[in-house]
Amino acid sequence: MTPTLQVFLIISATLFSIGLLAVLSRRHAIFILIGIEIMLAAANLNFIAFWRFGPQPQPPTGVMIALFSIAIAAAEAAVGLAMVIAVYRHYHTTNVDQLDQLRG
Amino acid sequence: MNSWVLTCLWLIPAAPFAASLIILSLSKARRKSAVALAIIGEVLALALSILAFMPTLQATGFRAVQNFNWFTFGEHTLRLGFLLDPLAAAMLVMIALVGLCIFVFSVGYMADDKNFTRFFAYLSFFSGAMLGLVIANSLLLLFIFWELVGLASYLLIGFWIEKPSAAAAAKKAFITTRIGDMGFFLGMLWLYDCSGTLLFYDSGNGCLESAGLAMLGASATFIALLIFCGAVGKSGQFPLHVWLPDAMEGPTPVSALIHAATMVAAGVFLVARVYPLFSVDAINGVTPSLTVVVWIGVTTALMAALIAIAQEDIKRILAYSTVSQLGLMMVSLGVGGVAAGIMHLLAHGFFKALLFLGAGSVIHGCHGEQDIRKMGGLRRLMPVTFMTYAIGMLALSGVPFSFSGGWTKEEILHATAQWPKSQAPYYLLLAGVVLTALYMTRQMIYVFFGNGRSASERAHESPRVMTMPLIVLALCTIFFSVVLTSAWPWLHGYLTGEPVHIEITRLVQPMLFVSLALVSAGVVIGVWMYRKAGVQDRDRPAEIDPLEYAQPGVFEFLANKMWIDDLYDHTVIAFSWMAARLSDWMDRYFWDGLVRGFGGVGQLFGILTASVDERGINAGVDETTAGARGLGRLMSGAHSGQIQTYLGAVAIGMLALLLLYAWLA
Amino acid sequence: MNSAAFIVTAIFTVAAALAAATLRNLMHAALSFAAAFVGIAALFFLLGAEFVGLALVFIYIGAVAVLVVFTILLTRRDVGKDRGFNWGGATVAVAVFACLTWSILKTQSLAIGAPHIATLTVKRIGAALMTTYVWPLQCVGILLTAALIGALILVMEERR
Repeated sequence: MTPTLQVFLIISATLFSIGLLAVLSRRHAIFILIGIEIMLAAANLNFIAFWRFGPQPQPPTGVMIALFSIAIAAAEAAVGLAMVIAVYRHYHTTNVDQLDQLRG
Repeated sequence: MNSWVLTCLWLIPAAPFAASLIILSLSKARRKSAVALAIIGEVLALALSILAFMPTLQATGFRAVQNFNWFTFGEHTLRLGFLLDPLAAAMLVMIALVGLCIFVFSVGYMADDKNFTRFFAYLSFFSGAMLGLVIANSLLLLFIFWELVGLASYLLIGFWIEKPSAAAAAKKAFITTRIGDMGFFLGMLWLYDCSGTLLFYDSGNGCLESAGLAMLGASATFIALLIFCGAVGKSGQFPLHVWLPDAMEGPTPVSALIHAATMVAAGVFLVARVYPLFSVDAINGVTPSLTVVVWIGVTTALMAALIAIAQEDIKRILAYSTVSQLGLMMVSLGVGGVAAGIMHLLAHGFFKALLFLGAGSVIHGCHGEQDIRKMGGLRRLMPVTFMTYAIGMLALSGVPFSFSGGWTKEEILHATAQWPKSQAPYYLLLAGVVLTALYMTRQMIYVFFGNGRSASERAHESPRVMTMPLIVLALCTIFFSVVLTSAWPWLHGYLTGEPVHIEITRLVQPMLFVSLALVSAGVVIGVWMYRKAGVQDRDRPAEIDPLEYAQPGVFEFLANKMWIDDLYDHTVIAFSWMAARLSDWMDRYFWDGLVRGFGGVGQLFGILTASVDERGINAGVDETTAGARGLGRLMSGAHSGQIQTYLGAVAIGMLALLLLYAWLA
Repeated sequence: MNSAAFIVTAIFTVAAALAAATLRNLMHAALSFAAAFVGIAALFFLLGAEFVGLALVFIYIGAVAVLVVFTILLTRRDVGKDRGFNWGGATVAVAVFACLTWSILKTQSLAIGAPHIATLTVKRIGAALMTTYVWPLQCVGILLTAALIGALILVMEERR
């Protein structure tokens, strides 16, 4: 059996849910960032899969969007990690449970 | 060989614009870089202008058009474009050259100002906007640059914003020209409605070409007059001239730029540019719209010349002379002498810049004094300024032979004399020539001759950086006349596309003697009237003007600018005050009363319900508030500050959306 | 498309990602994170997007994973405290997973095989980047520069 589009989408959905799991359930800020990166990668996998399985021939739009999204994810990771360090300096913790200054 | 310039015309205004942007981003302390950038930008613009000027010489009736799509909405495409023809090319070179002289002069004049860099940014912006205006091939693009010029003038007139009078003058200039621009804008919309294009030349489809003009029909007159409103505002024509003299509140180089090369030239240029609109269905060269132009021009020319006689501020006199000269140009355009009008505009650009910079030099030398009655005897103290100023004065007065202004003025008179409709404008302009010579003589006598008075005690000649532009402009004023003489009217032929040939016998014409006689008359009257100006004479105190002594009523009338400003104060401005008061009163009493009435009804109702409330509902309300408070507590609990809770909520929301979508599908 | 290679890669990727999300030790999690991205890159290769796969390897394993490790080292004192696990979040994640999978399986139009395609050369990608996508490319360049400066400012020591 050769893999169909469905299979790729399920892999992508699995990765997305794992990323969501990390974002929602871990206390450490770095885990949240890791989770976000995994979710973004899952989205990229979707882009590539739809491009590959779409009607041919077609312009490489999916690939292009994946490339740009990787660049944006890299920028996000850099700023996010910098914020983790800045927050750590200020509050001496990276535990997001304790960062609740905005509590209503 | 110069073809790349023709396709890159936008570079000409872009150079000063870029310089302006870079200067604005510099810090205040980088004075040298600011000056260098501004001057480099202007030199670039001048070089490109000269490059663009070259190909226009090669063929008569040269015209290079470069249109492009600005944007498309639906099926309509809005197109803009750049245009190079002799008119634009001549204006480009004049603006860039005069602008450069003014830039250099400003280095000296503004040396002590704390906002030095900002000044140069604005100057560059101003000159860039004007250069763009000249090469626009679309009424819309022209209008855009037109407004940019207006903005730049606002910024520069109000440059010393801490002075209330400067701020007021800037506002006045902006609002007054806006009144004219309103007309311009309406005319533009009307034109678009009729012809469907705002491009001037578009290989046969432009609004100034025969096909476009044919579509206008009878509305052409009204469109032309509406557009003329814009020119009236910008070029300071009666009745919107009031802003121009007040614009003297700006630094003197700004006045020079506004009065010589940029702002006011824009109005005359506009009329010349859309001249085909004015001359639709012309009978013998006369159309209703052109007749209006003539009479507005004549009124302006004569009125401003009269007012100039009774002014005391050195710059104000020059301002009124500008208004008067612009009137002259308008007359010339109106009677059909387009080339003559533009020639006078070019010549005027040189000598008026020279006069203003000379006045700036005088003011600088006299430590900021602008009252001519307090000067005197500067001839010996400021020799370079005196010499160049005298050249400018002779050119402005219209002395023939070696001064450019004389030739162009003579050509205008010539054109006016041949106007078929009436001879009155011609005679009125002749009177204007006498008056011009008279008030310039008066100014020269007050400033440079006689004995030194209070302001000239510590006067000194200005530094080289200020005198050099004066000398350059003086030379331009003199040598420019080479291409203007009636023996070899090269510029005339260049602008109109007619062939020219040298014929030395045409040099001497009857008109030459007429204007020579009139100018001499003006000068002689001036010398005779003001020979004792500024000194005690019989029972006349020194500080009273001879004219004021002889005819106090007339003098007061003129000194108060014919009470036109006061008239506006008491009519237009008073009216808007009244309207404001009325609205205020309506608001306070009528609408407020209405609102109060409604409020009273509400109050009554409230009192009625309150009693019911007190007894019946109160208990229930207490319960409700308690409930609301509990709900609030619950809600604030949701604002836990826990980012993961928020994200979880987002995920649940997404889930719900997905399920909804699946259910709907 | 080789199905055996696909199955191995898929299982490896999902396992590594799960490890990255659930391991208690931060350092181990970071390493699993890198491994998961190797797997995702391999999936990209299988899909014929070699260039994107390579870019992913370079950017995530070369840069982001190293950044994560650095951040862990810089915030070291905090490691080892409070390793709680939020079961509520896990429930939501599982629910999302179930829902997504259900909807994908339900959509029959997605059960299609891969058509044969011409190889997507780097040259074609380069040409597309320099023509159709030149403005997005510039914007991304500006974004990356801004992110660089922003990150620097965020972590700069405050001067007293």
